[in-house]
Amino acid sequence: MPRRSRTQRAAKHQPGRGGQPRVGPLAAKLSDVPPLEVDALLDDLDVHIIVCCGSGGVGKTTASAALGLRAAELGRKVVVLTIDPARRLAQSLGLTQLDNTPRRVVGVDENAGGSLDAMMLDMKRTFDEVVQAHATPAKARQILENPFYQALSSSFAGTQEYMAMEKLGQLHAEALRRGRWDLIVVDTPPSRSALDFLDAPERLSSFLDGRLIRLLLAPARGPAKLISAGMSVVTNAVTKILGGQLLRDLQTFVAAIDTLFGGFRARADKTYGILKAPQTAFVVVASPDSDALREAAFFVERLAEEGMPLAGLLLNRVTPSAASGITAQAALAAAEHLDDDLVTSALLRLHAERLSRINRERGLRRRFAAAHPTVPTTTVPGLAKDVHDLQSLRMVGDLMAA
Amino acid sequence: MSDPTQTASRRLHIVTGKGGTGKTTVAAALALALASGGRKVLLCEVEGRQGIASVFDVAPLPYDERLIAVGPESGEVFALAIDAEAALLDYLDMFYHLGRAGKVLDRFGVTDFATTIAPGLRDVLLTGKIYEATRRKARVSGAQRQVYDAVVLDAPPTGRISRFLNVNTEVAGIAKVGPVRNQADSIMGLLKSPQSCVHLVSSLEEMPVQETLDGVHELRAIGLPVGAIIVNLVRDTELAPEDLAAAARGELDSAEIAAALKEAGVKADESVVSGLMTVGRQHAERVELEMHQHDVLEEAGLPIVELPYLSDGMDLGGLYELADRLCESGEF
Repeated sequence: MPRRSRTQRAAKHQPGRGGQPRVGPLAAKLSDVPPLEVDALLDDLDVHIIVCCGSGGVGKTTASAALGLRAAELGRKVVVLTIDPARRLAQSLGLTQLDNTPRRVVGVDENAGGSLDAMMLDMKRTFDEVVQAHATPAKARQILENPFYQALSSSFAGTQEYMAMEKLGQLHAEALRRGRWDLIVVDTPPSRSALDFLDAPERLSSFLDGRLIRLLLAPARGPAKLISAGMSVVTNAVTKILGGQLLRDLQTFVAAIDTLFGGFRARADKTYGILKAPQTAFVVVASPDSDALREAAFFVERLAEEGMPLAGLLLNRVTPSAASGITAQAALAAAEHLDDDLVTSALLRLHAERLSRINRERGLRRRFAAAHPTVPTTTVPGLAKDVHDLQSLRMVGDLMAA
Repeated sequence: MSDPTQTASRRLHIVTGKGGTGKTTVAAALALALASGGRKVLLCEVEGRQGIASVFDVAPLPYDERLIAVGPESGEVFALAIDAEAALLDYLDMFYHLGRAGKVLDRFGVTDFATTIAPGLRDVLLTGKIYEATRRKARVSGAQRQVYDAVVLDAPPTGRISRFLNVNTEVAGIAKVGPVRNQADSIMGLLKSPQSCVHLVSSLEEMPVQETLDGVHELRAIGLPVGAIIVNLVRDTELAPEDLAAAARGELDSAEIAAALKEAGVKADESVVSGLMTVGRQHAERVELEMHQHDVLEEAGLPIVELPYLSDGMDLGGLYELADRLCESGEF
């Protein structure tokens, strides 16, 4: 079962564009899987946002950078929002400083009229900016100095997802207002699960809007006699567990940030609305192993439930095809026979191993396709070398679109 | 090779690694390896992924210590999926006997708050359960002894590991005194002691290697003992160094290969020979890249243990094979 928050569990099934209910059992043939037309997606001027999701370690950041670069060279004015790029990939995009502002990437072919900007998310700074923009200077200072806020803004497990959404909302507003970009490509945080991206903002805003906060606010607002018996059980327990000082800090924090509550909820809802709009396209990234494909399946189902537009599945690091004309068994038998020719027998065994890997990956893909037969898919073969410059990003882009 | 006396005193093995490097598989294999010789081992996970259940191919684990595998000489591996909410209720019950009030707390959203929002508290609860299991004692035939000979934690990934383990600092900003602070201090005491160590799982690719080195640096900076670097998914090569170099340049002798194939009775046309040359070139490029990354990992000055890439995929048999390799390394 996919993990879901309480509210989302109750959500109605609303298949949207690309949202497919499970069908089956079907004998899926890989040749029946519709292709994900990457260039058509990038060329579609009605698509303004591409969100790359997937579990950790599947190459999401590289995929977003490659998509952004390809779109820019096809003539789109692109901004790529990365969350936690590997150092050398960041350098290749010119992201040497973490200043939370999009910067032009040099070395991009701009002959088609496009351009590429890139930025790396600084979650604490984004949070600080939200506070500063929506509170009076005195109140903002009070919030920023509160230890509770400092911990929340730099280490809460959902803050990164929340701030990625916040930044997406800001970039989108700027794109609309100034026409600086016509395509935003978003990389999602490296969570344990792809679903965290959708769940964490809801969790944070429901906390900030929640009953506990209301209770904690009560003593700061009204006379003590209004405090219910239930409330005193709660505050006593909280005091016991966390210590009185924590509770006081929390109350100060809550009282200070109270004015922002409605704002938080409204902003999260607005960004959710943007994600559901038809100008958004989700690309689910996975590698051909059972864990990553299971996560991808959860995510595809969830997008369908939420009525969010799925463009398709990008399957990364697929084992490249092997020479035809000799089967794995024949290769292994021949290798046995050739024990004095070390080179040829080694090559034959490598060939057999590759065939068995290809076979296993095809099995996993067939299983995914049987449950989700209409999800357009593109595959990117695994590269012998690591990707960390524009040239190799361009190559990944070519492979995606091939 | 590590100092054997130091290795022997370790009871808590924390396994981290970049996503996709096989961290959970390695943690499971390590638990099996440590269970050899009739020892009793607890394997824990904390991220709600049910990774252990999937590695051992069993139904999802509850918040309960279950026997999941047996090792050589009647060693036993127990598994536990730690969930923060259950750990909180556990904690409240253990220290405050808060049976009914626990329920009230839930109604007011306090458990949600404590387990998902309160910074650092979730990690204190999760590591707190590990702390309790590692130190748990029971009376066996008249003598007090440890319930588990070793505890293996399938920990959060390398990018988050130092923050996860540094519970002390994480709660310091919000709780300077009080029970949470005391609990965090005791946990930190265990984590920094010679009884604990953090192992990092990497594959021989650039990004995981860089992240591993960064992780080692961060762990050392906060004073946590680092054990070994476990390199997973290593591709063995049967090619001699000079053949490997030739293969990487695409300069293997195709006529010789064609002749050898003919001798073995394979009907080989041009495309089979060139296909084999391509496979050889890609393999050699990969191996050269891996050797280079292995050298980079040496910079950390830690023991490096290599585990093979299992081309048949990962199953229970493969897990025992990896456990054997870990035993043979003498690092655990």
